[in-house]
This record gives sequence, structure tokens and C-alpha cells, in this order.
Amino acid sequence: MGENPVGRVVEEIAREHGRERWRLMDIARGVQQRLGCVNSRAVDAIASWLGVSRVEVEGFVTFYSFLSTEPKGRVVIRLCDDVIDRMAGYEEVRRGFETALGISLGQTTPDGVFTLERTACLGMCDQGPAALVNDVVVTNLSSDKARSIVRALRENPRPERLVQRFGSGNNAHPLVRSMVENNLRKAGPIVFSEQARGEAIRKAVAIRPAEVIRAVKTARLRGRGGAGFPTGMKWEFARGAEGSPKYVICNADEGEPGTFKDRVLLTEMPDRVFAGLTIAGYAVGASEGILYLRAEYAYLRRFLEHILDRRRADGLLGKDICGRAGFNFDIRIQMGAGAYVCGEETALINSCEGRRGEPRTRPPFPAQRGYLDCPTVVNNVETLACVTRILEAGPATFCEHGTPQSSGTKLLSISGDCGLPGVYEVGMGISVRGVLEMCGADEAMAVQVGGASGRMVGPASYNRTIDFDDLSTGGAIMVFGPDRSIPEIVSAFMDFFVDESCGVCTPCRVGTRLLKERIDRIRAGRGEPGDIEELVQLGETIKQTSRCGLGQSAANPVLFTIKGFRHVYDEMVSHDPHGYQRSFDLNESVREAERIAGRRSIHHREVRT
Amino acid sequence: MSETVSFTIDGKRLTARAGQTILAAAEASGVYIPRLCHKDGLNPVGGCRVCTVRVNGRPASACTQPVSAGIVVDNDTDELRSWRRQIVEMLFVEGNHFCMFCEKSGNCELQALAYRLGITAPRYPYLWPKRDVDASHPDIILDRNRCILCGRCERTSRDLDGKSVFGFIERGIHKTLAVNAEARLGDTGLDLTDQAVNACPVGAILKKRTAYRTPVGQRQFDREPIGTGVETRASLTVRGGEPGGGKPVQGEAR
Repeated sequence: MGENPVGRVVEEIAREHGRERWRLMDIARGVQQRLGCVNSRAVDAIASWLGVSRVEVEGFVTFYSFLSTEPKGRVVIRLCDDVIDRMAGYEEVRRGFETALGISLGQTTPDGVFTLERTACLGMCDQGPAALVNDVVVTNLSSDKARSIVRALRENPRPERLVQRFGSGNNAHPLVRSMVENNLRKAGPIVFSEQARGEAIRKAVAIRPAEVIRAVKTARLRGRGGAGFPTGMKWEFARGAEGSPKYVICNADEGEPGTFKDRVLLTEMPDRVFAGLTIAGYAVGASEGILYLRAEYAYLRRFLEHILDRRRADGLLGKDICGRAGFNFDIRIQMGAGAYVCGEETALINSCEGRRGEPRTRPPFPAQRGYLDCPTVVNNVETLACVTRILEAGPATFCEHGTPQSSGTKLLSISGDCGLPGVYEVGMGISVRGVLEMCGADEAMAVQVGGASGRMVGPASYNRTIDFDDLSTGGAIMVFGPDRSIPEIVSAFMDFFVDESCGVCTPCRVGTRLLKERIDRIRAGRGEPGDIEELVQLGETIKQTSRCGLGQSAANPVLFTIKGFRHVYDEMVSHDPHGYQRSFDLNESVREAERIAGRRSIHHREVRT
Repeated sequence: MSETVSFTIDGKRLTARAGQTILAAAEASGVYIPRLCHKDGLNPVGGCRVCTVRVNGRPASACTQPVSAGIVVDNDTDELRSWRRQIVEMLFVEGNHFCMFCEKSGNCELQALAYRLGITAPRYPYLWPKRDVDASHPDIILDRNRCILCGRCERTSRDLDGKSVFGFIERGIHKTLAVNAEARLGDTGLDLTDQAVNACPVGAILKKRTAYRTPVGQRQFDREPIGTGVETRASLTVRGGEPGGGKPVQGEAR
């Protein structure tokens, strides 16, 4: 070890992280950053320093899309490929980059400077098309901008130089310096209300942990990530669970396509989020908290570290917090590396431990056995911001907003065909129509509530409300105008699930791929009437038999659009007038044989009917 | 351990040890629940989903779900058979499975389950993936075309053999069985006597030079279709009788 440069780099990084197995994520990220990849020699070296098998390290590295075993360019350009960015001009931007770089998507330039890739939603749907250039976010792209970006990077390959004008609020902070805009259209009375820094923690530590939990229960706070589990109950389970130490984790792996509210929350109200995590720690009896930050938001990391330092200096983290003897608590930031499934809490815990982001078997639940097999609470960013406000202003103030079953406010990330995309804090219980009026969407043909894993609703459902009783959602609202094609939207969502399935269970791993194939067959005009029923049956099986929430919701784009927009599908399928089986593509089937034979088959059908 | 709980499965009343999984408890009482990724002696993961049952109406994998008192389990219903059929069909189209010239034919759990579920041909289009065959090991062949990603070899090697010869790389539909070497099985520490060699339910891990010792027609599932005989075996309470046996975890929930 240490004979070769790769070995030396790995040794240095492994030692920096105490050669701890569970720090594999940080070690692999560090190696990736220094060497441009985690190649075979690096995999061997990491395995040897951590005392694990090489296949385990290789399995880890290849799981995450921001890590690679093959060398990448010094500048990696990752184009955000989600349905909203596609609507905003993704294809043109892609062609712009491809032309300027002289390579195709997925390739690296021969000089080893640039790699061009696509990536899942970057959380910039309100300012797309967007891309990541290494850690730097570039927004509002066009093909012209793509060309000028490449030109600028050729002159100076430092991506931070691409940012000429800073975005609003803390995006202009010296430790952020990003062009990202907050687009905070509506700051409500809870999450984005005026902050009284430190007040919530002082109030929390003045009462017993059980009373803190009671306050959260009185506020009827439920998880804001989409699942809506009662927060107080989750804390109580962890508090009562045997085992120590205990951990609290803030889930900032905001990966649901169309969701970006946590990004704005972390940019503008990080203290409120960290305070919530600290209060959670106090309530369940934890001394360590983790902020799991998605790799796409790495540009916020230094800023967030600075906020944590300031909190330590102010006695809001560290020993005997706010004078409460024995309450010691600190927070570390754990970076992710590109995997939507890590938003699932047990996958997130695996990722924090330096494992493949595969959801765990439940039971045991994280509250019993989570991070490092200890009782663990995982809360959403917004949930924790609510906690802080509940402690600041009291549960009654919190319950003044929303509905009896769904108290408080909800952050919505609104994007797509509307005049004012951005983040809105609204009372729970707002109708879809109310949302559309608010964001300036007059002619919405359909609205996707809850991102790719959510549901599509049409005008007949615009009276439905956004709350835990009706349309329960993490807050992604995608608006689709009258010219949008539903099968294209569904196809984009299915691309996402195929890319992001962890691959442990059959229905999600294979079923999503089969749904995608069938949808694309219909889009290509080769659909038969029976295909619709088959889509429903396959979708239901995936929904019912998948192992985790990702798979259980992966068929939603298909199932909800068939349910609500059946006519769209009916119009696209038909029997072949000549009695051919439409699903069978003769040309495609003989293509390879033709290539080998060097001529066209006599059965080649020139025109499809 | 002595604590027992009772539950019902397809209307039949059974008892289980506290903490026992539904699959293990059912099997001990002579009720067969189809499965592929689980094997006695291994920690269950609920990956293949073939053992999906309804527990008080909610779908769950029987190999991971512990029995709790009074639960009502549906196992052999039209709906569950249909789900299982679809899952097995998915596995068939995901890989490259050619039973007619696979030397595991007759000893293959995937094939046997397909027969049990009445599958004649998958309804889904074949994905025809390009996968590698690794014949570098002197005694063992690894044919990824037939791998169903169940992870039995991985867990057996790691947890029973203490070797971690196998693992998985990539994710989703690109997930691939990998070996603990830069590329080849021959460079791993896998021995013919390792239990992992016998862990594969399909023909992905095969012993060389043994292929046709037992003629087709006289093989394991030719003699006794999969899942039959559980009732008689249950009365013997012999378990872990598979090659190697393994440590006595016996399908407990983790």
C-alpha cells in the first residue's frame, strides 16, 4: 500500500476517516473527487484499509450514480432529465452540449476533460432546464447557453466561474455563491415565519423530553415527506426503545421529481431545521444527529457546515446545550451520492452506514433498530422546521392553520405550465384549484400531485384538497397544460423509476422495465386494446408485491393516468387492419439478422399502417 | 422460545414459536409457501417476492414477516397465485433461461415453480440481456444468464462460509452478480466444498463435470414436484437437511 499514487490517495482518505467501515460513503466520495473515479485499484485499496471484501466496495460504488469505477472527465456535466426539464427544453440543451463537446450523452471527451451525463431531478424544476457542472448548479439553460458554458469551461475549467450573477437570499452568501433562485412565492406563518434563533431549543430543554413529545403530539404534526406518519409517535417509539446510543437523522435526500422545497428551506432557514433536529435529539435521548444531504445539493454543504459551526459557538450544539446539564448533542452532515431510493428511511440509514442504498427488511423498524443497529428517528427537513415552530409558538398556534386532521402548513414545490413556479407555504387543505389560481395556471389539463410517485388528477378533481385525508403529498405539484402528452409524461416517470429501482425485489426491478416497454410501445403506435388491461394488471402486481415504497408507488404514473385519462390511451391503441400483431415489430426483430447478412429481408415492411 | 402463538393460514389454525416467520411456521406445520430467494439457514431478505401472502389483508413477504398472535394469513388464493405467476414470469424474461438445454433442468427451483404455477410461456416480452459466463474456476461455472439475483449465494458465502465470494454490483435492472475478484471466479477463494456452491436455486452456479450424472426424468423435481411432501416432512421436524445445513437461524426474522 502506498507504493502507487492511487494507494497513497486512498490511504490518506481512509486514515482521515479513521478507517471506519461505516465511513465508506465519505471515503468513496473523497476518492472519486481526487481521482475522478474509484477504479479497480482504488476499490482494492479501500477494501484492504477497511477490512471488507472488494466486492462489497465495488457493489457500493456502482450503486450510486455520482460514483464510478470508470474514469470521468475533470468536468462532469450532468443534465437534469425529468419531465419538467424535458418540457422546458432538455432535448435542445442536450444537443447543444453534445455539439459543443463533440460527444454524446454518457461519453467523455478524448482529452479527458469533459463527461456528459443525464441525471435524475436536480430539484430545480422552477428554473429548468438545469444541470450540474461538478458541484455547480446552472439553471435556465438553452442550447446557446450550453455552447457558451462549454466555451467558458474550455478557457477555464473551474465551474464556479460560470456563476456570473448570484441568486436570491443566501444563494448569494459567500459560502454558497450560486445562481439558484429561491422563488419563494409565499412565505407562510409556520415554516417561513420570522425566526427567533435559539428560542425553540431553550423552551424545549426547559421541559422534560416527554413533554416535548406531548407538544408535538398536541400539534398533531405528521411527517411532511409524504407518508404522513405522526411525528410524536415516531419519537415516542424511539425514546422507549431499548438500546443506546440513539440517533436522529434529517432526511434531506429530496429526490422526488418536482420537489425542491427542502432546498429553499435549507438555503434560507437552516437554523430552524437544525433546531428541529436538536429538539428531536433531546426528545428521543440522542446525542448525535445526521443531516443526510443529497449529492445534488453539495453546493450548500459549506454554508450548512458554517451554520453548524455558528450554532456550536452559540451553545446551540455541543455540551450542556442552552444550560441543560447533560444534554449533549451535535450534528454531522452525511453526503449522499445520487440515489433516489435513499429517501426511503431504511435505505437512507444503509447509505449513512456506507452500504448500498437498499431498503431494509421491516420489522425491525428504525425506531427499534436503525443506524448502526441503534434506535433511530428519521424526519423530513420540513417536519423538523415545523417542530421548531411548534416549540417556539406553541401547538395551538400551529393548529390554527390547516384542517383538524391535517394541522399546520405545507410547503408546495410548484413547477410546469404555470406563471409563477416556485415554493409556496400554504395551509393544509388547500384545493387543487386554489393551488392553480395561486401559481397562475389557467389552463391546466392535468396536475401531478406528489411527483413521479404521486398521482395525476384532471379538472374533474380540482376540488380535491391537499392534506392527509385526500391528496397526501410531499408537496410536488407539476402542472401540465393542454398541449402536453400524458403517455410522454408517464414514459418520463417510468424512465425515472427504472433508473432508480435498487434492484432487490423482482416486481420493481423487472416490472418497472416492463411497464416502460409497454407504454413506449403504445406511444410508438403499436399498442393493442388488450395492452391497457395488461398495464393495469402488471401495475397492480408491482404495487401490491414490491418490497418498499418506491416499488409500491412506481406503477402510479400508469395506474392513475389510466384511471383518470383512459380516453387518451383508448385513442392510441387499435387492432391492426391486416390482422398483424401490432406489438410485434418485424423490422426490429430481423434487424440483427439483416446486419449480419448485409441486406434487407424480403419481409421488411417499409411502411407501417 | 417456548412461547407459542396461534394464527390462521387459509382458514387452517396453526401455532408458531414467537418470532418465527410466517414461512417457517407454515412449513413446520406442513403448509408450503412458494419462495425462491429464501432458503433455510439464511437470513431472509424478501427479495424475490414469490412468498408474498396477505397478512390481515395486507401484502407481506412470508419469509421476513414474523408471526404475531391471531393474524389471518392468505396463502393459496387465486390472487396470490396470479401475483406469483407474474413474478416468476418476470424472472424468466429478465434473464436468458433455456430449460431444454440447461443442465439444471429438473433440479431448478425456478423451473419447478413455473410448472407448479402453470406457466407455459411468459406473457411479457423477453429482455434478452447480454450477460457473461465465467468458466475460469477449475471446478465451478458461473452462468449469469440464468441468475435471478436472489442473493442466496451471496448470503451463504458471507454468513455460512465466512468468505464473501459473491456480491452485487450496479442497481435496478442492471444489477449483476459479481465475484470478489477483479473479474474472474477463478481468482476468488471459492472451493467446491463451500456451501455457496449449492445455494443457487437455478443453473447460475454449477459444478463442472457433474452435469448429467442423474438423467433428466429422474431428478429432484421430476420425482417430487416442488412444494409437495412438505406435509410429510413437517412431521419429521427435520430441517437444515440441505447440503451443509448451516447454523441454526432457521428463518427467524432478523
